[in-house]
Amino acid sequence: MLTRRIIPCLDCRDGRVVKGVRFANLRDMGAPVECAAAYQDQGADEIVVLDIAATPVGREHQAETVRAVREVLSIPLTVGGGIRTVENARALLDAGADKVAVNTAAVRDPALIDALAGEFGCQCTVLAVDAVRNGDGGWRVAVRSGAEHTPVDAVAWCREAVQRGAGEILLTSWDRDGTRDGYDLELLAAVASAVTVPVIASGGAASPAHLIEALKAGADAVLAASIFHESQYTVQEVKLYLAGNGIEVRR
Amino acid sequence: MTTYEVVLVRTGVANLASVAAGLRRAGAQVTIADDAASVDRADRLVLPGVGSFAAAMTQLRSRELVAPLAQRIRDGRPTVAICLGLQLLGTASEESPDALGLAAFPACATRFDDRVRVPQLGWNAVRPDAECTWLRPGYAYFANSYRLTACPPGWQAAWADHGGPFVAALERGSILACQFHPELSGQWGVSLLQRWLAATNAEVSPC
Repeated sequence: MLTRRIIPCLDCRDGRVVKGVRFANLRDMGAPVECAAAYQDQGADEIVVLDIAATPVGREHQAETVRAVREVLSIPLTVGGGIRTVENARALLDAGADKVAVNTAAVRDPALIDALAGEFGCQCTVLAVDAVRNGDGGWRVAVRSGAEHTPVDAVAWCREAVQRGAGEILLTSWDRDGTRDGYDLELLAAVASAVTVPVIASGGAASPAHLIEALKAGADAVLAASIFHESQYTVQEVKLYLAGNGIEVRR
Repeated sequence: MTTYEVVLVRTGVANLASVAAGLRRAGAQVTIADDAASVDRADRLVLPGVGSFAAAMTQLRSRELVAPLAQRIRDGRPTVAICLGLQLLGTASEESPDALGLAAFPACATRFDDRVRVPQLGWNAVRPDAECTWLRPGYAYFANSYRLTACPPGWQAAWADHGGPFVAALERGSILACQFHPELSGQWGVSLLQRWLAATNAEVSPC
């Protein structure tokens, strides 16, 4: 049986891992290679590296980071942040990424998803969505690291992206990101039932109980940053807890 | 550590960086090639596979690699096929109904059931049949939408389950075909590649 994945996320800026609340008040958490290797040793199922600066200078750091992380990593590596073209994606895959995640550029030009899936396959094409609650029970898509709220309905966007060839959804609740209040379970359930591809829950995790809630709400994988970065829990401890609660994990 | 020379086939549709890094971690010295002579001569060959069945076969055909690869498999020379690479050894796939595979065995890859998440992305438990030489029980990382559901005659299989049992890997002599990605399957995958590298050290005579 396919196990549920635990995915530590490295938010990177200028080649360093950082953590903040709602992408602000960033603190330095260390070097990406050391963080990735430590999480792999703890039993992480996959690593996500997001370049949150996504500037031209940042892009050079991003490829360097991917190359260095790839050398030490024998588990899958997903890379995102600032990918606007097939060529941007190719450079990261050539550097050693296994999957690429697109967000803002895909909202601006949805055909980018078709192009990436056509070139590299749907198993390589991840749609990252930042969803923000809109007050009437739905969610809209936020872009540019939450700076801009679009009128696009988040659930409908996920459905469209899958039709276009996205093979996985990395679903971040912008309302919960960095708040430690737990994942947005309604959002997760809505997207997980709307699409046939795997859904990764992101945004708001502060405890192993939050991860269980997300997996029970329909997530196939859970992404978390602060609970691992601040060494509150190791990946191994989290997996033992999940297994003890009847959730299949790789051990 | 002994170094083992491995030729990695550039199929034009696969991302080679991850596979090359994985093979190096297992102790291989990797050369990338896409010509028939290299495929023919290589002591050990790795056929990666990402992208669609038809696109991969078109690339292999344009590089005139179809015949040398099929011959190599028939001769039982040391080869690892990864992910789509396993499916290419068969005759066909639902993914590309008009494309013919390398036809090393009669098998058609079919799409996973609609009741499970497709693509299958993640770690699944692998259970090898007792006759398997290279494969051991453990967790492997999969990234696929299509799979085989029966073991071709003359091969040994390992199995996993995603909406029903499917072929996780096949082996026959020095040939190992993995539906999963050994290069992304942690220490379990590294160990599998190491066993294959070490055991294929001696020259294998064609049958």
